[in-house]
Amino acid sequence: MSGAPEIVPAAVRCGIGGLGLLGPGLPGWATSEPVLAGAAPWQEAPPTVPTPAMLAPAERRRASLVVRLALAATAEAIAESGFTPEMLDTVFASSNGDGAVVGAILDALATPGGDVSPTLFHNSVHNAAAGYWGIGAGSMRPSVSLGCHDDTFPLGLLQAATEVAAWGRPVLFCAYDAPLNAPLDACRPTAVPFAVAMLLLPEGEPGARATLALRHLPEEPVAEACPRSGLRAALEAANPAARALPLLEALAARQPARLAWTLLDGMGLEAELAPC
Amino acid sequence: MGTGLAATRAALEERHSGLAPSAPEDDLPGTWVGRVAGLEDVSLPAALERFTCRNNRLAELALRSDGFAEAVLAVREHHGAARIGVVLGTSTAGIAETEAAYRRRAPGETALPADFDFAGTHDLFSLARYVRARLGLRGPAMTLSTACTSGARSFLEGAALLRTGQCDAVVVGGVDTICRMTLQGFNALALLAQGPTRPCAADRGGISIGEAGSFALLQRAEDAPVASLRLLGAGASSDGHHMSSPHPEGLGAVAAMRAALDAAGLAPEAIDYVNLHGTGTRANDAMEDRAVSHLFGAAAPCSSTKGWSGHTLGASGALEAAIAVICVEAGLVPGCLGVETPDPEFRADVVTANRHAPVRSVLSNSFGFGGSNCSLIIGRA
Repeated sequence: MSGAPEIVPAAVRCGIGGLGLLGPGLPGWATSEPVLAGAAPWQEAPPTVPTPAMLAPAERRRASLVVRLALAATAEAIAESGFTPEMLDTVFASSNGDGAVVGAILDALATPGGDVSPTLFHNSVHNAAAGYWGIGAGSMRPSVSLGCHDDTFPLGLLQAATEVAAWGRPVLFCAYDAPLNAPLDACRPTAVPFAVAMLLLPEGEPGARATLALRHLPEEPVAEACPRSGLRAALEAANPAARALPLLEALAARQPARLAWTLLDGMGLEAELAPC
Repeated sequence: MGTGLAATRAALEERHSGLAPSAPEDDLPGTWVGRVAGLEDVSLPAALERFTCRNNRLAELALRSDGFAEAVLAVREHHGAARIGVVLGTSTAGIAETEAAYRRRAPGETALPADFDFAGTHDLFSLARYVRARLGLRGPAMTLSTACTSGARSFLEGAALLRTGQCDAVVVGGVDTICRMTLQGFNALALLAQGPTRPCAADRGGISIGEAGSFALLQRAEDAPVASLRLLGAGASSDGHHMSSPHPEGLGAVAAMRAALDAAGLAPEAIDYVNLHGTGTRANDAMEDRAVSHLFGAAAPCSSTKGWSGHTLGASGALEAAIAVICVEAGLVPGCLGVETPDPEFRADVVTANRHAPVRSVLSNSFGFGGSNCSLIIGRA
């Protein structure tokens, strides 16, 4: 057996500034905050996904639902932050990427004589939303795109916070997913569209609403701290990005909170949130 | 082009390409591909059988090469499984398995066969989960996918995990395997070469698609005193220009190379060899020449090794990091394969025959769809 000492994993810390949100009955962070705090009822309604104002007409026409979802959430997160989009490093996280586009290509490949559309092909890359963001922002800053199945939100958050702490720069983090088409939808049920974005700031920088400490665990957390709200019960299984809800609820409650996510293969992520 | 560093080094020295005419079932007459032979015979451990797909078979083959898995286990003994992370890049993971599942359906049937394991094969995370489980690690694992910079970018994200003290070692790299989606997709974009790819040639005609798996174990320099090679710097940028065409002046490429030089604390004169992204397309190679000559003039010898491997997409940055290691250890600047004279429009020092000279540091470029750019600098401590 290993003779190595069992060391408690180090925590990574950052501040949370602006937020963006788009999901069923959650038409933006600002309007949804009372619902997330439990002060107003949640009423399921399909989200209206706006055409991204940041894109030129040619890109607007090519931007699919997932791209529009991601850009809507990111736009809200930085709207009142004092940052302009081209200043920010970005981390985009999505379980399925543009699964509708990937599905359309798979359909074409399975059809005798079916041709793959060149536009669909370049939109099929997992970093498509990041690419459209970069074009719209006119940004030359680094951007990374992650895909981690059910763990896409917690691991995306961890890596975005890691970048903030490692390089001392703010990072715009966005997690998003949208429903797949048949037949892939049966393999990877995603019932609703959902996107969340957070401006993460180096610890101690002004503009944070809360500070966040994250720790990856080599085992499943003992318990997820809060009882599951009705909102979580309705949405967490319906979209991987909706695993942001415990954090969003804690931010809306403006109270210190300990949170935990059970990750695949017997791992975990725990978080400590402290309002500023 | 070979299994393991020694075979890859021999292929580079002997100028022996791994490319061959595509198979009839690829439906791409005249194109060449770089397939890894014998992958079908590589089996995964029984407990991890659900991850079986071409991509994870290639990951397994790479883990078995050069004593890599054993080296990770030795570091695991020292630091503990929870202190070792896994950050890997791929563009298509096991999607060839999904393509096969679509084809296996009976006529008129829409649903995919019940034995198709989406999370174990198709899903991007399949790669990092398989490698973490295979190596018995318990640190953070994630798959990143930034098109053709994925493999290079894993080094930068792995370095961030080390820098924040969350990990003492990180398995980084990339694995991408040939599938119809990429073959037909690049064909639809009219980017595939007839015959083997000839990067930097005046009459270059596009890409040959290849496949590769390549890993590195990153540690803090002070934890690896016997390692003679270092990731000296890494830098990334975006073009913010177009989804599938590079910025014509290579502004994003210049920004990534400059960020890597800054991170390494090196002046351009310290780079002895530039391993180009060099895909063999008209646009990429012309853009990259502008970007490289902007920073290095004609002072740094440069070449693309995709004439050996083909464009291995999300693995290319990781494969070319291993090639950079070989170039430093062998004192080798490999000249572009199959190119007699470089494009006369190019201003950089494009090398077309192998040169032997001391190589202390190599800058390796990767660029991808979505305007993603990443440069690594690998060299002697």
